Amino acid sequence: MREVAIIAYAQTPLVRDCGSKNDVELVMEVVHAVKKQLNFTNKDIDFFCSGSCDYLGGSAFAFVNALDALGAVPPINESHVEMDAAWALYEAWLKIQTGHANTALVYGFGKCSQGDLPDVLTLQLDPYYTQPLWPDSISLAALQAQALLDAGKITEADMARVVQQSRANAKAKPTAQLKGDFTVEQLLAEPKLVSPLRRHDCPPVTDGASAVILATREVAERFHKRNAYITGIDHRIESHQLGTRDLTDSLSTRLAAAGAGVAKGKVDIAELHAPFSHQSLLLKQALGLDDSTKINPSGGALAGNIMMSQGLSNFGEVAQRIIKGEANRGVAHATSGACLQQNLVAVLEGK
Amino acid sequence: MGNACAVVGIGQSERYKTKIKKSMAGLVREAAQNALNDAGCAWADIDAVIIGKAPDFFEGVVMPELYLADALGCHGKPMMRVHTAGSVGGSTAIVAASHIQSGVFKRVLTVAYEKQSESNAMWALSTRQPFQPHLNAGAGGFFAPIIREYMRRTQAPLDIGCKVALKDRKHALKNPHAHMHEDADALTLENYMDSMMLWDPIRYAEVCPSSDGACAMVLANEDLAKKSPNKPAWIHGTAMKSEPTMYPWREEVNPQAGILCAKEVYAQAGITNPRKDIDMAEVYVPFSWYEPMWLENLGFAEVGEGWKLTESGATSLDQGGDIPWNVSGGVLSSNPIGASGMIRFAEAALQVRGMAGERQVPGCKTALGHAYGGGAQFFSMWIVGSEKR
Repeated sequence: MREVAIIAYAQTPLVRDCGSKNDVELVMEVVHAVKKQLNFTNKDIDFFCSGSCDYLGGSAFAFVNALDALGAVPPINESHVEMDAAWALYEAWLKIQTGHANTALVYGFGKCSQGDLPDVLTLQLDPYYTQPLWPDSISLAALQAQALLDAGKITEADMARVVQQSRANAKAKPTAQLKGDFTVEQLLAEPKLVSPLRRHDCPPVTDGASAVILATREVAERFHKRNAYITGIDHRIESHQLGTRDLTDSLSTRLAAAGAGVAKGKVDIAELHAPFSHQSLLLKQALGLDDSTKINPSGGALAGNIMMSQGLSNFGEVAQRIIKGEANRGVAHATSGACLQQNLVAVLEGK
Repeated sequence: MGNACAVVGIGQSERYKTKIKKSMAGLVREAAQNALNDAGCAWADIDAVIIGKAPDFFEGVVMPELYLADALGCHGKPMMRVHTAGSVGGSTAIVAASHIQSGVFKRVLTVAYEKQSESNAMWALSTRQPFQPHLNAGAGGFFAPIIREYMRRTQAPLDIGCKVALKDRKHALKNPHAHMHEDADALTLENYMDSMMLWDPIRYAEVCPSSDGACAMVLANEDLAKKSPNKPAWIHGTAMKSEPTMYPWREEVNPQAGILCAKEVYAQAGITNPRKDIDMAEVYVPFSWYEPMWLENLGFAEVGEGWKLTESGATSLDQGGDIPWNVSGGVLSSNPIGASGMIRFAEAALQVRGMAGERQVPGCKTALGHAYGGGAQFFSMWIVGSEKR
């Protein structure tokens, strides 16, 4: 395996509605920012890969216009996944492993303010049997939370503590969407949105983009003395039929964590893509993490959730802390689908 | 570069047609099962699944790979979804190949599909966008002026487009999977020239059909490829290139991204003279005139001369041409959009495996698979050979 590090990261401010800014302008901001961090031009980048979802903007080929942000003249080696950009990072990582690239720029974007996100996500479901019943993403997450409560695996107070911690951690991130000091009592006094979920148990709707640059060790060492290397990465999917899954566990996360080698050492920090508070608790368990790991120091998805790029952002957030020396070994996680159907897990280590 | 990778199984769904009465899951499952049968392996032997399709609007399901995970036996496995516009079928195969070439995986399944009958592609390509003029043109309206410009520059005879379409539709009669199986007696130049003008200069007869269908391949590393029951097709090169839809001085007739993509894939495969070194090609030609245009773009002919190859019958298997193009009937004879690129790649592989049946090009050792998408700005290509390079 070639050693691959994350050597640059940028994210737009996490906002509910970025107004007239379009996808291209969102992408431009982060692509230029990561290039500038390294004084890179397109010539220094061997491969570009992105993640986005056509339905967020309501147009086929949303990613085609985003290409304008790259200034792809002369033409570039480029690919796109209709997934969270964490999977675009995976594709780029494979590309580097083949020897066809030494550097890669990966980006993702989502302007969710353009539609009704929970309804859009309903269209992810089995079109013949589930979609016509029109269950939205919040209701499905609520089913999962209720299953966890019923199984006695979590309590509503546990969920509130996740939110409390997220809001408190996000205070250190100037661009976070939701932050502040709350007590568990305050949070539990809020009304239910879709039982058992309260509004704060759900992720905010966010407009934004993020980007990272990957490089082999040779390139990475030119920029940082200490780098954040991807020492393990794996992703797995499980059944789409919720009735056939144990919603109180995440089998795909367990498998991906084993593949990535999470348990091979102490995990200092973990950025988990847990859009709903109970999912943070579930993932922590599935990843085999204990209280010695600081979960979501950035605030996580509850503090701002860029659809299609939240997982990629987690890589950047962990890498940044490793490069700064705040952590030695961290886990970055991404999810997709209803109730954590698909999960990607990576271990990043400082060297 | 990277580890060796070969195509060891190829499968297609039932014959492509306007409306296949199967669910999307049934469609992809059928193609995948056929590929597994060809590869002589079971679902459990697959390490990862890489799926591709064109815009989700074509069926109305967001990120449908989530729903298709069950049909494709993905429980507990890695699954990826590629989307690079019309080139996606090719790009998906290339991403799948990189799974093997990286050394991370031993055997993967790759699938591409489109079920156009679920929705309406013309609508899907024309949704109204903020801050942009609304273009309700579909793909034909977009490409017609580019074709017109090619005709102006080259002064090619006006019937070249129809000759391409006729050639491909005749090829299609040899391919049991092809959507277009026209009455052989009706395949005359006169009939084609009389066909209704849709987007001047593109006639109805010169346009790809709207199809449902799926195509799948099993790719494996060298060790497994050598043990596979049927002859493998070895991947000699893969390349993808993109450029923006519009920018000043963009060459739309002979796009730079296509030229560079071909250059890169030829370099990997050791091809110096494409017309001589390549035995056949499956090239993405959704509108007839794109054959002469791509003949030039891909270096089979000098700029301005591509139409002469078409006219001479060089690209026709029936006429014994030296460089048969699209002997499967091509996109002009079957177009399940998201799968069309993969069908090109798979047909090229079938040829070098010597498994193309009635449409087999005799002695085919090296073949090119090609796909393009967007405003002729996304390209994906691979070269496959009967021997490991």
